[in-house]
Amino acid sequence: MLLKRLTEANGVSGNEKEVRQLIIDEIKDYVDDIKVDKIGNVIAFKKGSIDSPRVMIAAHMDEVGLMVTKIESSGLIRFTPVGGIDQRILVSKTVSIGKDNIPGVIGAKPIHLQEPGERSKALTYKQLYIDIGAKSKEQAEEFVKIGDYIAFDSKYTEFGHNLVKAKALDDRVGCSVLIDLIKSDTKLSFYAVFTVMEEVGLVGAGPAAYHVEPEIGIILEGTTCSDVTDVEPHLHSTKLGNGPAISLMDRTTYFDKNLRELIVETAKENDIPYQFRKTIFGGNDSGRIHIAKEGAKTATISVPCRYIHSPISVMNKDDYTNTSKLLKLVIEKIETGGVL
Amino acid sequence: MDFNGNLLKKLTDTYSPSGNEERIRNIIKEEIKGYVDEIKIDALGNLIARKKGNDKKIMVAGHMDQIGYMIIDIDDKGFLRFTNVGGVSPHIALNQRVIFENGTVGIVHCEPVDDMGKLKLDKMFIDIGATSKEEANKKVSIGDICVYHTEYYEDENRVMSKCLDDRVGCYIMIEALKQLKETKNDIYLVFTVQEEIGLRGARTSAYGVNPDIGFALDVTGVGDTPKAKRMAVSLDNGAAIKVKDVSMIVHPKIKKLMTEVAKENNIKYQLEILEYGGTDAGAIHINREGVPSGVISVPTRYIHTSSEVVSKNDINDSIKLLMKLLEKEITL
Amino acid sequence: MESKELLKKLCEGIGVSAYEDSIFNHITEAFQNLTDEIQIDNLGNIVAKRNGQENTNKIKIMLAAHMDEIGLMVKDIDENGFVKVTSIGGIDPRTLLAQEIIIHGKQDVFGVIGAKPPHLSDQSERSKAFKMEDLTIDIGLTKEDAEKIIEIGDIITIKRDFIELKNNVVAGKALDDRAGIVTMYECAKELLKLKHEADVYFVSTVQEEVGVRGATTSTFKIDPDIGIAIDVGFGATPELPEEDVISMGKGAGITLGGNIHPTLRKHLIEIANEYNISFQHEITPGLTGTDGRAMIITKCGIPTLVISLPLRYMHTSVETIDMNDVKTCAQLLARFIASISSDNLEGLLCY
Repeated sequence: MLLKRLTEANGVSGNEKEVRQLIIDEIKDYVDDIKVDKIGNVIAFKKGSIDSPRVMIAAHMDEVGLMVTKIESSGLIRFTPVGGIDQRILVSKTVSIGKDNIPGVIGAKPIHLQEPGERSKALTYKQLYIDIGAKSKEQAEEFVKIGDYIAFDSKYTEFGHNLVKAKALDDRVGCSVLIDLIKSDTKLSFYAVFTVMEEVGLVGAGPAAYHVEPEIGIILEGTTCSDVTDVEPHLHSTKLGNGPAISLMDRTTYFDKNLRELIVETAKENDIPYQFRKTIFGGNDSGRIHIAKEGAKTATISVPCRYIHSPISVMNKDDYTNTSKLLKLVIEKIETGGVL
Repeated sequence: MDFNGNLLKKLTDTYSPSGNEERIRNIIKEEIKGYVDEIKIDALGNLIARKKGNDKKIMVAGHMDQIGYMIIDIDDKGFLRFTNVGGVSPHIALNQRVIFENGTVGIVHCEPVDDMGKLKLDKMFIDIGATSKEEANKKVSIGDICVYHTEYYEDENRVMSKCLDDRVGCYIMIEALKQLKETKNDIYLVFTVQEEIGLRGARTSAYGVNPDIGFALDVTGVGDTPKAKRMAVSLDNGAAIKVKDVSMIVHPKIKKLMTEVAKENNIKYQLEILEYGGTDAGAIHINREGVPSGVISVPTRYIHTSSEVVSKNDINDSIKLLMKLLEKEITL
Repeated sequence: MESKELLKKLCEGIGVSAYEDSIFNHITEAFQNLTDEIQIDNLGNIVAKRNGQENTNKIKIMLAAHMDEIGLMVKDIDENGFVKVTSIGGIDPRTLLAQEIIIHGKQDVFGVIGAKPPHLSDQSERSKAFKMEDLTIDIGLTKEDAEKIIEIGDIITIKRDFIELKNNVVAGKALDDRAGIVTMYECAKELLKLKHEADVYFVSTVQEEVGVRGATTSTFKIDPDIGIAIDVGFGATPELPEEDVISMGKGAGITLGGNIHPTLRKHLIEIANEYNISFQHEITPGLTGTDGRAMIITKCGIPTLVISLPLRYMHTSVETIDMNDVKTCAQLLARFIASISSDNLEGLLCY
C-alpha cells in the first residue's frame, strides 16, 4: 500500500532522498516531465488535453525528526530537533539513526531515583540522549556520525474504526493524495511539486513556485486535529472523520476566497463531507507559493491528523478517500473554467 | 489646503478586512480613474494605477486592508467564536461593536475570567443577537470576517475613526494624485492588500512593478499621550519621515532626500523611529535587486483600536510632501 | 596588506546596518587589485568580481560575508540633553552599561552609557538586569546644544580599539562579520596562485543583522550556481554546551543541516581532507542565522554552503577570533573554488 510505504520511508527535513526516490519511481510513468531542482524539490509536469491556467499542486516530502549533535565518551548520543517537536513526546521511544537505520532508544532516569519535584518538570533536550548499545565513543562512531538524521520508529498500523496510525502523516498523506491525482485521468495540465524542508521554514516551496510561476496553487497537507475530549469544541481545529479540511487562514496565508468557495461548492455538489480548518495556527508551503513573483491564488486541502509531529499521528481512512475525491473534482471544476 | 472629509469618511466607512478588499478597491478605483493612465488588478488583488513618465519608476504603496475578526465556530445557542486577522489585543476587542460584510452587527464579550490580565481571544465570543445556531447560520458563516463598527468623527483639528490605518494613507495618495503637477517620473500608485497579515500585497506588486524607488504611506505610533512610552513623534508636529522600524532601516540617501524636499518646500516634518511593527516599504525595499525606499507616516494615537486619532495638519503636510517628492527629479 | 591590518581598519570603522558606507573604501581598496570589477548595488552591497579562466560555461560562485555591525540609534533627546536609544540588531542591554560610545551626528560626539545610580535602587532591583529603555547616554550637553549636532536617527557605536591578544588571537567590536570579509580577501589572494574556471563574486553584504536583507537582493542579482556564506560561529567557552560550539583555532566550522547542499558539503570536506586543512562540524538543522538563509530560497533555489569562523563573546564589543582560523578558512575556500569546473559541477549539484 502506497501510504504505508510513504510513511515508513524516512525523510527528515533536509534528508528527503529516500522519499524522493520512492515518489519519482511511483510517478515517472504517469507524467510528461520530471526533474529534481537545485535544492531537492521534485517538480513534475503532467500535460493535459485542454488550455490550462498554470496550476501547481504541492505536498511536502519532509517530516520532523532529530539530528545527532554529539557522541559522548560513554557512547551515548546527544541530539537536537529538526522541525517543531514537543520534547515531552521523546522519552521512552525507539528511533532509527542514519542511512543504515541503526536502532536506538531514548531512555529516562528511573522513577525510583528521582528527587521529589523532579517529575513536575518536563525533560529537556539537554537531558535526553539515545542509546544504541555502544560501549564507547569509538564503538558508537562505527555506526553513527555527527549530523546523522534520526527518524521516529513507527510502523503503519490500521486500528479502531477506520483509523490509521503512522509517523510522518504530515505530509506523506498529501504526497499520497497528489500521487493518486497524477495517476488518474485529467484533462488539465498541472505541475505536481513535492517540496523539501517545509518543516524547517517552508524552504523548498518558494524556489519551486519561482520556477513554476503558478496562477493557482493547491497545497495538500496533513493538518492538526484537536478533537479530543479535554479540548473545548470551539477550539477543535478539525475533527477526524468529518472530511477534508479546507483552510481559511493561517500564519502564512489568507487563502483566496473565490478558490475556497469553489472547493466548498464542489464538495456540496458531490455530497462530499468537508470541514473548515478552524484555526489560524501554523503555516504551510502556501505561505511562500502565494507571494512568489507576482503572486498566486492558493488554497489548502488537508487530511486531519491527530497527534501531529509525533511518532503516532492518526488519521481516518474515509477522510483520506474524500480528500482524494474532492481534489479530483476540484481539478475537473478548474478544467471547466472555474476560478480565473 | 482643503480637507476632503467626505472622502476620508467614505474610505474609513468601507468594509474591507485583509483578503477581502473588493469594496474599498472599487471605491478607490472610481476615485482615481480620471487621474491616471492605466489601472490593473493583480492576482492577490492589489490595485495598481500608473501615471506614465519617462524618468525614474517610483512605486507608492498604501494598504487598503484593515484588521478584523474571523469567525471559526458557531455554538448551539448562536454565539460566535473568532480569531484575529491582523494584530489585535483581547482587551481592545472587549465590548466593541463589530459589523460583517452583510451588515450583521454584533458585540464582543468574554467568558468570566479570573485574571483579566490574562484574557485571550479564545475565551471571547461575539453575540449577534441570534437565538439559535440555525438563526446565526443564516447571518454568518465560518470564515466570515467582521470589523469594528464605530462612527467617523472630525473637528477642526482632528479625525477620529476606525481603520485610519491605513485608509488615511490611501487618502493621502488619492489627494496627492489629484493635485499633482507635471512630473517626468513614471509613477505607480499601488493600493495594496494584506499588509496587516504580513506585507503580502506589497511584496507581489513590487515584484510586478519593479520600481527604482519605493515610498509607503502608513500610520505610526506617538509618544504624546499621558505616560506614553518614550517616542519622539507627536500629533501636529508634521509628516513623519521614517528612519527605522522592525521591517526596514530607511536608506540614508532616501531619508536625506525626504528631509531636504520637506525643508525646500517648508513642509513641517518629524523623524520617526518605530520600535514595533513594520510597513509595506519593508517588503518593497528587498524586492528583486533591492529598491531604495522610504516611508511617510501619519502620527496616530491608539493604532489598531476602534477609534484611531490623527491630526488634519499632519495629513496635509503628508500630502504636500508626497506631491513634492513625486514632482522632483530624483538622483540618488 | 596583512589581513590583520585590514581587519583592524574594518573593525575600527563604522558600519551599523544600513549605514555601512563609511567602510566602503577600505573594502574596495582591498579588493581592487585582486578582482576585475567592483560594483556597489542598490542597497549598498559591494560586489567584487574575479573572472575565472576559460569560463565558457559561465559558472558563478558567490561568497558573502556581511559588513554591517550591530549598534544603537538615537531615539529621543530628553529635556536635560540625555539621549535615549534603540538597538539595531540583537544586543544584550547588559553589555551596554558603562560603555564609552560615539554618536555619529553632524560630528562625532563622545558619550557614556549610564543608568539610575545603584544607591537609588533597592536590593531586589539590583538582581535584575537593565532594560534598553532604562539606559541613557550622557553627552554632557544641554538639549539645545545637543540638538545642534545630533538628531533622531543618528547611529551610535561603542568606542572600542582593536587589540591583539596572545597566540594570534585578536579582539574588538564588529569582528562579526568583518572577519568574514577578511577571509574573502585572503581567499582572493590565494586564488592568485591557483587556476579557477568559475567567476567568483566576493560580496560584502549590508543589513545582515537586521534580517539578511543585503544577501536577499545581491543573490537575486548575481543568481550564482553556488552560494557560500562566511559568517562567525559560537566559539567554545566553559559555560556553553560542547555540542553547540566550535573550538577556537581548530579551523572553520562547516555547517551541516537541511539548508546546506549535501553533496557540495561532502565535496568541501573532501577538499579539506585532500589538502590537510583543519575544519570542524557545526550543526544547524533548520535555517541558519547567516546570509545563507537568504541565498537558498532565492529565485529557483541556490545550492548553498555556510562556513563559520569560531568567535567568542558574539555581539559584545570584545569579540575574539583566532587569525589562524581566518587563514585556513581562506585556503579551504580557494581550494574549493579551484576544484569546481563545468565538468564536475552538474555531478556535484545532483541529488
